[in-house]
Amino acid sequence: MLRITCPFCGERDYTEFRYGGDATKPRPVHGTSSSQAWHDFVFLFDNPKGPHREYWQHVLGCRQWLVLDRNTATNTVGDSHVPREVAAK
Amino acid sequence: MSSRYSALSLARHALSDAPWPRAWGGAEPKPSYEVLVIGGGGHGLATAYYLAKNHGIKNVAVLERAYIGSGNVGRNTTLVRSNYVIDGNTQFFEHSLQLWEGLSHELNFNVMLSQRGQIVLAHGPAQHDVLARKGNIMRLNGIDAELLDRGDVMRILPYLDYSDEARFPIYGGLLQRRAGTVRHDAVAWGYARAATELGVDIIEGCEVTGFVMTEGKVTGVETTRGRILAGRTAIAVAGHSSHLAAMAGLRLPIESHLLQAFVSEPIKPFVDHVISFGAELFYISQSDKGGLVFGGHIDGFNTYTQRGQFPKVQTVAECAVALIPSISRIRLLRHWAGIQDMTPDGSPYIGRTPLRNLYIDGGWCYQGFKATPAAGWCLAHTIAHDEEHPLNRCYALDRFERGGELDDYGIGNWTYKQ
Repeated sequence: MLRITCPFCGERDYTEFRYGGDATKPRPVHGTSSSQAWHDFVFLFDNPKGPHREYWQHVLGCRQWLVLDRNTATNTVGDSHVPREVAAK
Repeated sequence: MSSRYSALSLARHALSDAPWPRAWGGAEPKPSYEVLVIGGGGHGLATAYYLAKNHGIKNVAVLERAYIGSGNVGRNTTLVRSNYVIDGNTQFFEHSLQLWEGLSHELNFNVMLSQRGQIVLAHGPAQHDVLARKGNIMRLNGIDAELLDRGDVMRILPYLDYSDEARFPIYGGLLQRRAGTVRHDAVAWGYARAATELGVDIIEGCEVTGFVMTEGKVTGVETTRGRILAGRTAIAVAGHSSHLAAMAGLRLPIESHLLQAFVSEPIKPFVDHVISFGAELFYISQSDKGGLVFGGHIDGFNTYTQRGQFPKVQTVAECAVALIPSISRIRLLRHWAGIQDMTPDGSPYIGRTPLRNLYIDGGWCYQGFKATPAAGWCLAHTIAHDEEHPLNRCYALDRFERGGELDDYGIGNWTYKQ
């Protein structure tokens, strides 16, 4: 069982969370009119085999979003972060 | 190398002590080929076979990292069917089913197609209406479909839960009699054998580590067994499509997820059809060895581990018992996971890529196995003509830029995340 540490609630089974996708893709600036930029943001993925930084939401807990480091080749879980702290860096 | 199989050759061999020879020829890599196919699974081997058979291109090599058939062609639940709704999917998967129907004769290898029929269940009137619409679309395309009411389903599948306590009461269903199962390993072996007889090189234990690019064109690959040049190169690697594409500098609309499958201990013949539950993603059939073969939904997050998470085992077991209470005491014999390349609209990619001389077959989501013959057939056509066949024109890699989604579920993009 994959276990994820919520920065607010502590370590829980992954079934309490919902996967939210790649957290490293920069969202186009609000008002960007290029459909190519939005296409790339919405549809294209690096989908790496190895280290991956991703969003999860603690839907059956505090409902907060978090950023998790996980290795997709092994499912080894690293650190969890509060998204606004990741964004501020 | 093998000779042609026939009743006479079987009888003759039965009289000798010699073991059966290996059915396909292994090969050492040559410095260059006209076409390279990366991936020795069902799709890659089928592509090589149809390149040689339909297009006369025989200077072809299939590169396989491990051994042929070690990937998803041996990890699926062996179902074949053509009950789709959207134009494009409907015609493509029906073409595939028609190729399945002639495949054992075509390859001179018994793939054990068993057209036992597939029944998709409806658990309420609205769902029954959706199945009626689906059946009508199939029939308008010349595909067999029969709408069943509750009484029909009770007669055909008497062992389902029809009690008042059933969590999801059975309202009716849609039957496609031509759907069924195939022995999946035989598909890899059959295509490999037929392709090598036409002159294709199958190179096992050869992992691609990079692409050779000349003036923006792909002109070959770097492998663990050296550089191999090629006029045209195709990627057919299922769950690792993104991984290979990244070596060529491409990003794909794909996330790799896990799908688990299960086999129970063998029991006497019981489930005579393929049954799809309508209340969850769950399907069940019985293998010739007697094991109940079933599967469910993907685990829900991207991973390449080929090891499933336990909560999905529980969900699938709950579906099985909700549908067929009498199997509650049957034990699981084996359970495994395959890596699926999930796409935004749930439909695949077959065709050219932004790079010249590089082609792709990938993004198969839940449906790669049943597509094997038609995927190989269409990719071979695309490589030979450097242009898509009408059957796979809808599977372009850039369709999201043009609003060309093929959303067969009719619920918008990211069906697998909803």
